[in-house]
This record gives sequence, C-alpha cells and structure tokens, in this order.
Amino acid sequence: MATVTLKPIKTPELIFEGYSITPDAFAGKTAQQIAGLTGHEGKIVTTIGDFFEVSGNAGETAADTDIIINGDCARVKYIGSKMTAGSVTVNGNADMYLGGWMKGGKIYVTGNVDSFCGIQMQGGEILIDGDAKNHVGCAYRGDWRGMKGGTIRIRGSAGNDIGTFMLGGTIIIEKNAFIHVAPHAEGGTVIIKGDVEGRVGGQMVKGDMYVLGKIKFMMPGYQKVGTVEKEVDGVTQTFDHYIGDLGERHPKSKGQIVYANLYLKAAA
Amino acid sequence: MASRELIIKGGFVVDPARKIDGDVGDVAIKDGKIVEKVSSSAKVIDAKGKVVMAGGVDVHSHVAGPKVNAGRLMRPEDKFRAGIVRGNMAQKNGYRMESGFSIPTVFKTGYEYARMGYSFVMEAAMPPLLAPHVHEEIHDTPIIDEAALPVFGNNWFVMDYLKKGEVENTAAYIAWLLRATKGFGIKIVNPGGTAAWGWGLNCIALDDPVPYFETTPRQIITGLMKANEYLGLPHSIHIHQNDLGNPGNYQLTIDSLKLAEQVKPKNKFGREQVMHSTHIQFHSYKGTGWADFESGAKEVMDYVNRNKAITVDLGCVTFDETTTMTADGPFEHHLRGLNHLKWANVDVELETAAGVVPYIYDPNVKVCDIQWAIGLELALFAQDMSRTFVTTDHPNAGPFTRYPRVIKWLMSKKAREATLDSFRHKDKVIDATHIHGIDRELTLFEIAQMTRSGPAKCLGLGAYYGGLAPGMLGDVMVLDLNYKDMPKDPEKIEAAFQRAACFVKSGEIVVRDGEVVSNGHKKTVWVNAKVPENAQVKRDIAQSFTKDYTVDLINYVVRDYLAPHPMVIDVEVEA
Repeated sequence: MATVTLKPIKTPELIFEGYSITPDAFAGKTAQQIAGLTGHEGKIVTTIGDFFEVSGNAGETAADTDIIINGDCARVKYIGSKMTAGSVTVNGNADMYLGGWMKGGKIYVTGNVDSFCGIQMQGGEILIDGDAKNHVGCAYRGDWRGMKGGTIRIRGSAGNDIGTFMLGGTIIIEKNAFIHVAPHAEGGTVIIKGDVEGRVGGQMVKGDMYVLGKIKFMMPGYQKVGTVEKEVDGVTQTFDHYIGDLGERHPKSKGQIVYANLYLKAAA
Repeated sequence: MASRELIIKGGFVVDPARKIDGDVGDVAIKDGKIVEKVSSSAKVIDAKGKVVMAGGVDVHSHVAGPKVNAGRLMRPEDKFRAGIVRGNMAQKNGYRMESGFSIPTVFKTGYEYARMGYSFVMEAAMPPLLAPHVHEEIHDTPIIDEAALPVFGNNWFVMDYLKKGEVENTAAYIAWLLRATKGFGIKIVNPGGTAAWGWGLNCIALDDPVPYFETTPRQIITGLMKANEYLGLPHSIHIHQNDLGNPGNYQLTIDSLKLAEQVKPKNKFGREQVMHSTHIQFHSYKGTGWADFESGAKEVMDYVNRNKAITVDLGCVTFDETTTMTADGPFEHHLRGLNHLKWANVDVELETAAGVVPYIYDPNVKVCDIQWAIGLELALFAQDMSRTFVTTDHPNAGPFTRYPRVIKWLMSKKAREATLDSFRHKDKVIDATHIHGIDRELTLFEIAQMTRSGPAKCLGLGAYYGGLAPGMLGDVMVLDLNYKDMPKDPEKIEAAFQRAACFVKSGEIVVRDGEVVSNGHKKTVWVNAKVPENAQVKRDIAQSFTKDYTVDLINYVVRDYLAPHPMVIDVEVEA
C-alpha cells in the first residue's frame, strides 16, 4: 500500500473541481505527476498542485493507493468521485459530490460534507463523522436511476432528499433528517436514527426505511400493518410496520403485491 | 486579397455531383466559393493520401427550437452520456462550453457537425407559432448553415382549404407562412393524426377521418404535394407518415408513397422527387405485434427503387440512450406507455403539437436490434444512393454524432457482423431481418451520394451544397482515409468521419485535426416564394389572428434581426 498526502495550500477563489482526486487517477503516478493532474476552477483548467502540496507516490493500482487530505476541502468538489478501489481520507470538511458515482473503495471524512454525497453510488463505503447537507445518495437531477449499492453512513444529521430513486445499497443517518426520505425509491435501505420532519417514502415503490426517532408529519399513503421485531445496525428493537406508498404503482412477486416498508420505532 | 484564397492539394476527390470518384486533384476556393484556379499566393492545404469531399448535408435533424429545448429542460442527466464530469469540452480560449449528448447545446451542435465535416443542416420540424425561438437557436449554433421546415400537416388553414380542394389558396397560405417564419419548405408530421390528438385520437390509416376538420391524411398529403409543385419550391414535401413505429405499418407506408404517383415535379432547382419520406426505418415494420416483429425493409425499398419521384432518409438506430421528440403527439404518448419514462406533451395552437420521451435503444432487447437492422437494410437494398440519405432522425433513433458509426456499418460487413454477434438474441434477430444475408458494402462514392450530392439535390440546393464544382459554396472536408488503401479495421472509417482532418466552411478553415479552430460564419437559409396577391387568403389570415390565435399578427412574424445572416432562395410563382 502507498499513501499520497495532500495538504491544502490555497483556497480556491471559486470552487476547485477535484475530479482527479481519486485513487484511480493517482494510481501509478509520482507525487509530481499527481500535482500535474487537472481540475477546473470555473471554466479555467487548473491542476491539483495549484491548490495542494502533494507528498508520497501512489501505488501501482487504485486498490494499492490511499489518499489522505490533511486540511479543509470545503471548496473542493468531486473528491473520490467514480473511484473503484483504494481509499480517501479527508481530515476536514468536503464540498459537493463527494464519492459521487463511486463503485468501490472507502471514503472517510472527519468533518461535514456538502450536498450530493454518494450520488448514484454503485458500491464501496462512505463514512462521514459530521453532518451532510442535501441529496445524500440520491439520483442526479432528472435521472430515474439512483444509488444502486454500497453504504453511506453519516454520523451527524442530513438535509432533504435522501436516497431519491434509490435502487439498492444502504444509507444510515445517525442523527436527524429533514424531508423527502427515499422518494421514488425502488429498493435499498435507509435508516434514520433520529427524527424526521416528514415526507418519508413519498411515491416509494419498493425498499425499506427505518426511523428510530419520530416522524413529525406522516405521509398519508402509508398504512400500519403490524408490529415487528427487527435488527437494525446491530440492535434489535420493536417497530410499527407500515406499507406504502399506496398512491404509487407496485410490482407483484409470487402473486403478492410488493410495497415499500416503513419501520417506525414503537413507543416504549 | 490573397488571404481569401485556398487550395486543397493532391487529395482523392470524391464528388458524385460531377461523377468524380477518387481522382487525384486540387480544389480551389476564393472568397468563400469554389473556383477553377487560384493564384500562387493561395494558402495550401496538403490533402495528399487523403479523401476530399464537399461539406455534408443533413436533410433531417432536430437541432433547434422549443421541442429540443423541452428535451434539454426535461433531461439534465443527458449530459452524463457525453462522458465524464467536465470532460470532452472545448476549453480553448474563444470557444464555447459544450454540453449534452442526445440533446446537445447549440454550441456543441455546431461544433460536432463541423468536426464531422457537415456544412448544412435542416431543422426538421418548426412549429410556426414558435419560429422566433427556432431562429434564435439557429443563430446561436456556430459554423453550420441551417434552414427549418415549418410543419403544415395539421395546420387549420391547410386542412380547411384542402377539404374543399383549394390547392391555390393552400399554396398562397404556404408562401405567406414561409415568409412569415423564414421557413424552407413543407414538413408534414402524422398528417391529421396530430390534429386528432387534440381529441385524444389519432389517424393511423390514409382514410381515417380527422375529427372536426372532415378531411383525411390522404387529402392532406396529396393536397400539400400539389401545392408544393404549384409553388415550385426548392424542396418537395417532407413527410413523417402516419402510424410511425408500429408493427405492420410498412403497408401504410407503401400506400402513402404511392400517392407520389399522382403528381409530377415542377421546379427550377433540379429537384426530381415530389415526396421526401423521412426516417423511413420507423415506417418499415412487419408483424402483428412486438412478439412477431420483423423487417419490412425489402418491401418498402422495392417500391422506393421503382419510383424515382421519391427520396428517403434512413433514421438509423444507433444503440444509445437518447431523447425522442416529434410533432407526432399521439406517438409520444404511446411510447411513454411502452417505457414508462418521462413524458412532455405540448399543443401549439392551430398548428401542431409535440411530445418528448427519453428512450434507451438497448442491444439486449430484440426489438431494438431489429430496428437497427432495418435502418441499415434500407440503405443496402437501395439501388439509387442519390435518393437514400444517412440520418438518425436526430435525436430520435440516435444522436447525429453517430453518423460516422452508421457509415461504418454501411461500408463494412465485418462491422455489421461484429454488432450482430454482440446481441443476446442474435438468432432471433437474424430470423426477423435480412441483414445477415447481405454482403453489400457501400463505397465512399455511395456514402458521398447519401450525405452530400443526394440530399443537396433533394433540397433543391444542389447549386450551392453537396458538390465541388466551381461556383458552389466553398465547403470542403478532408478525411484521413486513403482511397487506394482503405483501412481493414472498420473503426478507422468511423474515426475518419467523426473528426475531419480538415474542414473548410465558406472558404475558411474551421476544423483542423478534428478540432474546432474557428466559430465560422453561419447562414440561415430560407425560401421566399412570391405569389400573386390572394385576397381571400389574406382575409382568412387576418380573421384567424383576430378570432383564433392568442397572439397578434404583428408579433407572429419572425423579424429580420433573428436571422441576421440570411441566404434567401427566391421562387417566382407564375399565376
């Protein structure tokens, strides 16, 4: 394994589009070559070296490459996007599209992330110690094919539109979420350990949602069908089981209509 | 001015308009036009060992206007089909950002056509009411010359006049509308069917009644064909027939084509056809449903081969995720019912409608594979390549940027077989089509007929585009292909047509080594048909704008500033 360390030396005047900050792009390159990889600041083509001090050479392949960014990346977009293997650690905050379209490997951010974290992700793991803004693990605007696989864990809270059009994978928000959880989803699992304002599972076709706190405004399209014991993130608890969204189309499997499931933690 | 002189030296010239097939020669250009010779101070472009052709002419493509924009608004995700985030963009100073794939921005549209050596593109369907928007987008599309065909097949005036058999009044209305919208000719989309869509109905046979208007698709097609020849317009009627995209429609297609037997061409532009049948791939389907769906290419092309009064373009499927858009409103609704994706539907008062639906041509789906085969078979069955043109009905069957791939398939049996081999349902596709048994490989001369001289003549623009004779516009493409030693690898053919080694447009080098080096000087081409004053039509128009339209006549007309670089084709119509 080889470690490449990036240290921010300049805050971009606009926003640096760091789509080259991935183990895949770094693989097989020396620190000097990595510093020469391109990015955009607005319409101007810049390099990683314009904004970071690069030390350490990358491994032969993406899987052999670990990237550590020591410092704040609140104005660096697309970190780890489309990566297939290896790891990225950000000791600080990160901007939009962190881990977007990623297929494998691991990303760890010690601070907060902006919107579109893990957008249309297909595999791998994202772990955020802080909060995430909106559109965690969602589909790109206009697209009807969302997150397909992998795991996103936000240790803090998240904003709106979590897992839009989700097809697979798992999103865990350890604190609270705002509105629009798994809208239009057709698979996958979303776990919210805190409270949610509302619009949970709107137009959801298939998939599972767990809410361990409270939902302030319940969707009218969900119906309670029973009480079940479920193990969620290693802890077994009792949930009220709802199905929905009853206003949306639903597929049939073995003669049974398949609904989306909402498991809301039962009152003690 | 020596700098206005150019000479393209020593290439293999392929110019079907003058029956030149691979002769080594020079092409001289002065002041934007092709000339016999230039002075010794002319700028020299070395084309030795390369093929030299005229600029390409696209007879049918949806590149500007409200329905293209509806597609852009509806599909922000389309841009990712073009490559990685912020990838493949012309970032050089002075050039505009490019974005989009099946519905590219106007800048990308102009640049990509130029890189493929195209000099003229016909916007295939302009809603007259929204013509100002079409012209705004045309003006913002760099380099390429463009024209637009207003749609007439469901227009209230046209249907009212034609049910009474009033060809002269129809012609006078058409002449007025072409002038008002700076249009080029007569486009017909699903005649009667789009008007019927206003009642939730459709017309899928030639004698289906159009509700309220008491006319039929047969009357509309025949009447507009007669009006077109009465006016003597450069182009013939340009028709998207009824019942597009449904199994078993090939018989209706042939019946509609036979209507061309009733009318003789009459014009001063060298055009010989009276009907251009567009994206005929979508109209050449056999079978009773999607299960027994099969190719009707042979039957349709057998008729087209016999009737010289017809030209066709292919509408080839290219296996891309694309965005369908057409003035055939009921068809888009039908398509949405098949794939359950997003749907936009628009009505344009008194004139037409439109629909937009994304579509994925998946090589693992048998129907898509058969559609792909039909598009290519039509060309391979054609006997007269100067009446058969390469299109993808951009973006309906695939983006125009795939023309080089279509050309590769047409020129190489090996490439076709490689694609066939990639299909999951290869055997079923072979059973339902003819393509596996066709060995024909088209030549560069035939490709030049299908993309240059043929479409230019069909549009009545043979004096300006599609050839290299002195006096014609100085639009010349140099391809990195050796005529005497064509590559064994078909991918190299695709690559050569995708990125011109050099492209000269209006006498100026706009592309070099496949990259744009100038924003060029584009022109908007439109037709001014001068008819004797017709008091009745004038009164009918004035009355309709008082009674029916939501806009005033004065706001309807496309102002000159919207087409600041016009190339006007004048047509004198004798009373």
